[in-house]
This record gives sequence, C-alpha cells and structure tokens, in this order.
Amino acid sequence: MNTAMLSQSGQARLSHLDWLESEAIHIMREVAGQCSNPVLLFSGGKDSICMLRIAEKAFRPGRFPFPLLHVDTGHNYREVTDFRDRRAAELGERLIVRSVEDSMARGTVVLKSADEPRNKHQSVTLLEAIEEFGFDACIGGARRDEEKARAKERIFSFRDEFGQWDPKNQRPELWDLYNARSFKGENIRVFPISNWTEIDVWQYIEREHLALPSIYFAHRRPLVRRGGGLLPVTEVTPARSGETIEHLMVRFRTVGDITCTAPVESDADTVARIIAETAITTITERGATRLDDQTSDASMEQRKKEGYF
Amino acid sequence: MSAIEKLPAETLPDNGLLRFLTCGSVDDGKSTLIGRLLFDSKTILADTLHAIQSTSAKRGLDVVDLSLLTDGLQAEREQGITIDVAYRYFTTGTRKYIIADAPGHEQYTRNMVTAASTADLAIILIDARKGVLTQTRRHSYLAHLLGIRHIVVAVNKMDLVDYSPETFAQIRDDYLAFAAELGIADVRFVPMSALNGDMIVDRGEHLDWYDGPTLLEILETAPAIHSAHAEKFRFPVQYVCRPQDSANPELHDYRGFMGRVESGELAIGDAVTVLPSGRETRVRDIQVLGESQPHAVAEQSVTILLDDEIDISRGDMIVKSGELPMVSKQIDAMLCWLSESPLDPRRKYLLRHTTRDSKAMLAGIDYRVDVNTLEQQAAERLVMNDIARVSFRLAQPIFADPYSESRGTGAFIVIDESSNNTVGAGMIV
Ligand SMILES: Nc1nc2c(ncn2[C@@H]2O[C@H](COP(=O)(O)OP(=O)(O)OP(=O)(O)O)[C@@H](O)[C@H]2O)c(=O)[nH]1
Ligand SMILES: [Mg+2]
Repeated sequence: MNTAMLSQSGQARLSHLDWLESEAIHIMREVAGQCSNPVLLFSGGKDSICMLRIAEKAFRPGRFPFPLLHVDTGHNYREVTDFRDRRAAELGERLIVRSVEDSMARGTVVLKSADEPRNKHQSVTLLEAIEEFGFDACIGGARRDEEKARAKERIFSFRDEFGQWDPKNQRPELWDLYNARSFKGENIRVFPISNWTEIDVWQYIEREHLALPSIYFAHRRPLVRRGGGLLPVTEVTPARSGETIEHLMVRFRTVGDITCTAPVESDADTVARIIAETAITTITERGATRLDDQTSDASMEQRKKEGYF
Repeated sequence: MSAIEKLPAETLPDNGLLRFLTCGSVDDGKSTLIGRLLFDSKTILADTLHAIQSTSAKRGLDVVDLSLLTDGLQAEREQGITIDVAYRYFTTGTRKYIIADAPGHEQYTRNMVTAASTADLAIILIDARKGVLTQTRRHSYLAHLLGIRHIVVAVNKMDLVDYSPETFAQIRDDYLAFAAELGIADVRFVPMSALNGDMIVDRGEHLDWYDGPTLLEILETAPAIHSAHAEKFRFPVQYVCRPQDSANPELHDYRGFMGRVESGELAIGDAVTVLPSGRETRVRDIQVLGESQPHAVAEQSVTILLDDEIDISRGDMIVKSGELPMVSKQIDAMLCWLSESPLDPRRKYLLRHTTRDSKAMLAGIDYRVDVNTLEQQAAERLVMNDIARVSFRLAQPIFADPYSESRGTGAFIVIDESSNNTVGAGMIV
C-alpha cells in the first residue's frame, strides 16, 4: 500500500514505486476529467495488467470511466487471451475486442505473406476501432525505457486524424498540467507508466500480488533455434524442415504476436526470481524478444508515425 | 573497478527518486554525458551497446558515440543534434533517477522548458574550450526561473584543454559572477570528460588536482525537491467518485473526492475549507482502493471523504482551514512563450491551473527579459522563446500560491483554443 517513509528531515516522502504509482493514478484521473470518451488498451500482458491495478486504485469504489479494448492480432497465446477475458470479467468492466483478422476480411489490412507478424497491422485495426466508437483518448501501457523513439514521446501524445505522431512538433508538456484537448477525429494517446522501467513493473507486480498469464513464468515448451533466437513451435509457427525441435525451460518477457515474440531460457518460476534475473540481465526486453523491432534503427518511430501505439 | 556494482534487486534500499535534466549550449556534450552515466552505471545492456557500436562504425567513428543512446529520432541521428527531450532511467542501488536530456539549440528552447519543469536538479554543461556562452546563461536563467534549486555546472571536454586547473577555475569564477546576479544559491562545479568518463561515475586518472565529489556522488546526495520543506496542504479535485451502486446500499451515498496532494499533509479529522464555495467541514476519511489510511502526504493520489455534503466538482480545491491560498481573477506571472504564433493581446486564451480552466486575457506586459544581459525591456508582444513578466485577467478565480512557494499551485499553462496547442508556461509571482 502507499507507505510514506520518513526522510532525514522528518518529512514524509514516497518510495520510488509509490511515487510512480501515484503519478500514474493522477494521469488516469486527468484522462477521466478531461476526455469525453476514453478507452484503455488491455492486452493481457504484464504492463497492461499493472494498468488495470492503477485504474482500480484511481477509480474504485466506482466503475472505470472507460471500457477496455484489445486489438487482437489472432496470433495470441491462448493463456493470454483466456487471462484477458477472465480478468475483465473479475473486474466487471466492459471489454471490447477488435480483430486484425476482421480488418483483413474487410480488405483494410493486406498481408504480404500469410504468416507474417501482425503487430504493425494493429495500427489499422486500432484506428478503425477509434473511428467506430469515437474514442478521443486511448490509454496504453507503453514505457519510455522500452525503445528509443518511445523515450522521446510525451505522456499525453497528440495524434492527427490519420493517427500520426509528429515527433519534431510535439506539444510542450509542462509540470503535471496535461493538455488532452483535441478536435473531432483527432486522438490523444496517454501513457501513464511512461516513467516505469521493466524492473519497476516486476516490483509492482510483486508488491501488489498481481496475477499473470502462466507463460510469463518458466515452463517447458517445444522450440527451434532460428536466426540466433529461440522460436516457439506452435500451430502458426511450425518447425521448418531440417530444424530440430528442443524442449527447453523458458519464460516470456513480453507477450505479443506469436510469430515475432520469442521467450528467454529461464528457471524463474516466481516473481521474486524474475526480479532477480531482470536485475542482472544483459539484454533489453525488446532486444531479447521482439524480432520485429530489429529490422531497422528507426522501425518504432516509423510505425508510430503511421498510427501505431 | 566501477563505483557501481549491480546489486540484486532484493537488497535495493529505496531512497526515493531524483529527477534531473542536462542542459547548456549546443554540442557541449549533454547527450554524451548521459550516455556515459548509463554506460558506467551498467544500465546499458549488451544489445543496445551493440546497436550503437555498429551505427558508430557505419559512420566511420573509431569510438562509440554515446550520444546515440538518447538521440532516438531519425532526424536527430542524421544531424547529430538533440531536437526534443529524451527521458532515460537508471538506478544506483540507492536511488532511482529520471533523466531528461534537453536540446541545446536555441530553436528548441521550449523543449528545454518542458524538461526543466519537472526536474529537481539541473546539470549545466560548459565546453571547457568555450567557457560561459549565451546559451549557458539562457539555460541557467530558465532553470532558476523554473524553480530548480540545485545547479551543477559540469565543465566538460577537459581532455581538450589538457585538464587545466586554471581553465576550470576561470570558468568557475565567470559563472559565479553570473549566478550571483541571478540569485542562484546552490551551485557546484565538477571538471570532467564525458568522452573519457573522467569524474562522472569514476574519478579517472587525469584530474588528480580536483578533490571534490564526482558527478554521481553529487546526484546521490542531492535532496529531492519534494522533501525540501513543510508546505501548506493543497488538494485540487480531479474527479468525483459517485458509484451510486443500487446493489450496494453502503455505496449509495458515497461521494469521494479524488486527486493528488500537491503539497503539505492531511490527516483524518482535519478542518478543511473548500474553494471556491468557502464552505468548511472536516475530513471523514482518506482512502486508497476503498481502504482507510490515517494520513495523506505530498504527491500521494488519494480519495478524500468529508463530514458534510458539500457540492464539489473537478476544478475545486480542498485546503486546510486557516491556510487559504490567494483567490484571484487577476494574476501576475513570469511567462515563457512557446508558440510560433506570437502572443496576441487582443485574443482570449484558455489558462489551465491545477485542474481548473479559465478564459484569460492579457492585461499587460510589464517587461521582457533579455536573457543575455538580464535587462528588462519594454515589449508590445511576445514571440517564441520570449520570457516576460505579464499580468492576466481571468473569467473565473483561481486558487494559487506564488510559484516560489509551491510549483503545483503556482504554475499554469496557456492553451490556444483555435489549435488546442499549449502555447505558454506561466509562474505566478
Ligand atoms: N573531446 C571530447 N569530446 C566530447 C566530450 N563530450 C562530448 N564530446 C563530443 O562533442 C560532440 C557533441 O556531443 P553531444 O553529446 O551530441 O552534444 P549535446 O550537448 O548533446 O548537443 P545538442 O543536444 O545538440 O545541444 C560529440 O562529437 C561528442 O563526441 C568530451 O568530454 N571530450
Ligand atoms: Mg544532445
């Protein structure tokens, strides 16, 4: 809970985790106070699980002043989508799911190859959902420590009517006086845990005893080694001929599109063990696990300019 | 061996959080310094290092360009300059740091103001070959104006002046003369080479004549602003919680006032006054997630329940009775103009202060500050990056304190309703 500590001067001061939590609650309440039709993106991943906890602390005993939205690539682990549905039901909050596969059926998403990663295509489906429901703000769990373009983005980030981010012309963002104003068709993306790092997230999960999808913890699964990484063997990602299937103890550091999210070898089967591993890891979260970010030096910036979260 | 060894997370003591920014003139090594801090504190992981190594090599550099760690935008990497603030994080085992790397170019001054507004400490870099420059003064002035109490002057690129103690002493004397004019009280000086890593985390081998602390030692011991001194209790209401849950009779009459304590402390039973109505009552409960807690302290987000039914909505403020802020429809302020379109004295703007918005019109420009000479000049209008003392007339009263006493209730932004852009940053005097 919010435990205030005493500093040398005898004045109450928040621990770093309490401070980060309080900042995030403040940001969510600003969205609720300033926006008429916001939505919170919830994927079932660890960052968005923290976001739900923050929303509870921000709004209980009331209901959330926004529905939850998942943009489903159709390339998800069952454990994660099951968890997503269960968590939304437990909270008694409304969950909207919009699917990249529906956009493909409409013809607004066109794949180059049937099994390609669908992360970047989420932008189209997200923009379609924004238009369908008229959302004026989307709250997301992205963090600045994840990627160098994210490190430059405001907490309240303005997107034009095409969903585009203009990194060279961002709104000044001063103190905690956030500006969520937009005209119809435009949209504000809001990142309450901008200032959290991967280890902060894990420490928060531990402190708040948050439940997670099982694939975050060490488990044995079939994999192949490809391009220097470990790839899970699944229905959408079968082994190629000539590859040897191994059964290894692994866990996921992020969960996303099956075709481009790789696990790491690990024995960590509790949050405490994951924290200990995270403190001494030598590879960044995305470096270890996101195969789609590595294609170019600027791929995240490029996708954000196209409407990606 | 490095001064920092990664500790296992369980043993991390929590000494709170310090926010600082790096600023100063173009190319004096701000981004490189941050890269160095991250590198020497072992925050940079192998794959990130590998990526900047290969980018450096592609450009024909024989050393790793650490500024690539924070210059994350394509345009920045192409030009080798910083355009907008980058935020970076590291922890030393005793403290978590949030770093804002501000751009040095004058054109991007407004982005420096964004970075400074949330910082507790400023590192002002000076290129040892160049000494105190116009932009050094500008950023020092802005850091001071934005209420940053601790200033560290990093005299960088000492490797290019043969680590000369005389050069360092000269720059320190020049800066101190300027700081005295501004009234900057707490300023410290460190000679360093961001490129070679001297006197940042490790002492290095070239600066034996300097016996003061390294940059990191200064950061580790700097008090964060939020632990500075006791302040008056200020609670701008962000959101009102009325569950009106018919299935749960206990919640039927629940009215919780949600917000974050901007300053001071509150306890259950305290006598409070609600603004603008001026009605007085007592604190019945302080809650987080429906659970009661006896106190709320500065920077905590809580829900407050009151003894009496008083009409309160977003934009109102709860304060302790006997500690009322200034309630006014006329304010005097220092204003930084941030927009490409000049401040138009004939137009109405939206002024946002805490959780309260009011229409506002410029009532007058007392003077504009020439940041180079600190001279006060008469001005008819303000253009981008101007700093001036102004007064505004407001349609609604605001509940404010001088910025020098409280950042949270002394600051405001100006919004242009025709573009929805944030165009000004103000500090009430
Ligand atoms: N010799 C030497 N060069 C340095 C040192 N620190 C930085 N540099 C070089 O100075 C140049 C500019 O460094 P940056 O870190 O990009 O400067 P900056 O202050 O961030 O620049 P802006 O953000 O664009 O204002 C680069 O070529 C650095 O390698 C130093 O201590 N010694
Ligand atoms: Mg720079």
